Amino acid sequence: MSTDISLEVRSHEENWLPILELAVEEVFEIMLGCRVKPVQDANHQPCAEFTAMVGLAGSLCGILNVSCDRNTAREVAKCMLGPEIADSADQVSDALGEICNMIAGNFKNKLAGADTRCVLSVPTVIIGEEYSVRSLADGDSIQTVMRFNDSQVVIMLQLHS
Amino acid sequence: MEKIRALIVDDSSVMRKIVERSLRQAGVELETVLEASNGAEALTIVGQNGVDLILCDINMPIMDGLEFVRSLGSVENAKGVPVVMITTEGSETHVVQALSAGARGYIRKPFTPEQVKEHVLPVLGKRS
Repeated sequence: MSTDISLEVRSHEENWLPILELAVEEVFEIMLGCRVKPVQDANHQPCAEFTAMVGLAGSLCGILNVSCDRNTAREVAKCMLGPEIADSADQVSDALGEICNMIAGNFKNKLAGADTRCVLSVPTVIIGEEYSVRSLADGDSIQTVMRFNDSQVVIMLQLHS
Repeated sequence: MEKIRALIVDDSSVMRKIVERSLRQAGVELETVLEASNGAEALTIVGQNGVDLILCDINMPIMDGLEFVRSLGSVENAKGVPVVMITTEGSETHVVQALSAGARGYIRKPFTPEQVKEHVLPVLGKRS
């Protein structure tokens, strides 16, 4: 699936949300062997004890966040690595950071024209809920909540205008 | 099948483990697996140990994957060692840059063990 980045006159959410969700679904299915689906009418945000972030710069400029609670982050790492080696906070953070990195890469690769003119930062992971982020990305934001096993993962793309 | 010494270069320890597992699933017999978290570290390891295969990310701190591949030619032990890039950077530009720099293959993340098999076995001189 691919779309032309020049379609910016329509809202990003209308154009890009299905592409972001597809990018997330592919990463979870290929790397974790798990099917995830968007939660319809998600009423509340799951707590974000682990938040992974990857910056995008160039033709597509902003930040992609993947956040979830501690147990879900551990479950993601377990699916990637196996139960015996996914227990340390370092590995759980590393796993979530890589998932965020692959979602960002997969998303931009699906936007025709964006992949060649957009670069990604290395991932950053925040552990803990007591923080606030002030992003200089003052444009649209796209968010989706995905059901992963019995829990939820929030994916948010904040864009520069 | 002859056992090989592989070097996996990625700033994520999780990805290094996944790449190693994918190599084994692809049927590559591994004698030793060496790891580096950036290109500079990888150059030192190649110089000291000599390897048969290198799998390398692009986006890494200190020295990225493209600079590493370009620098590899100056390392005595590295002559003819195949390098396969494994990266989220999926653009044609990156592929061309990597192949021009000397990489022999290119795998986009997310990847399956089958894709690793498809790209790695040919550069090791085997049929998939």
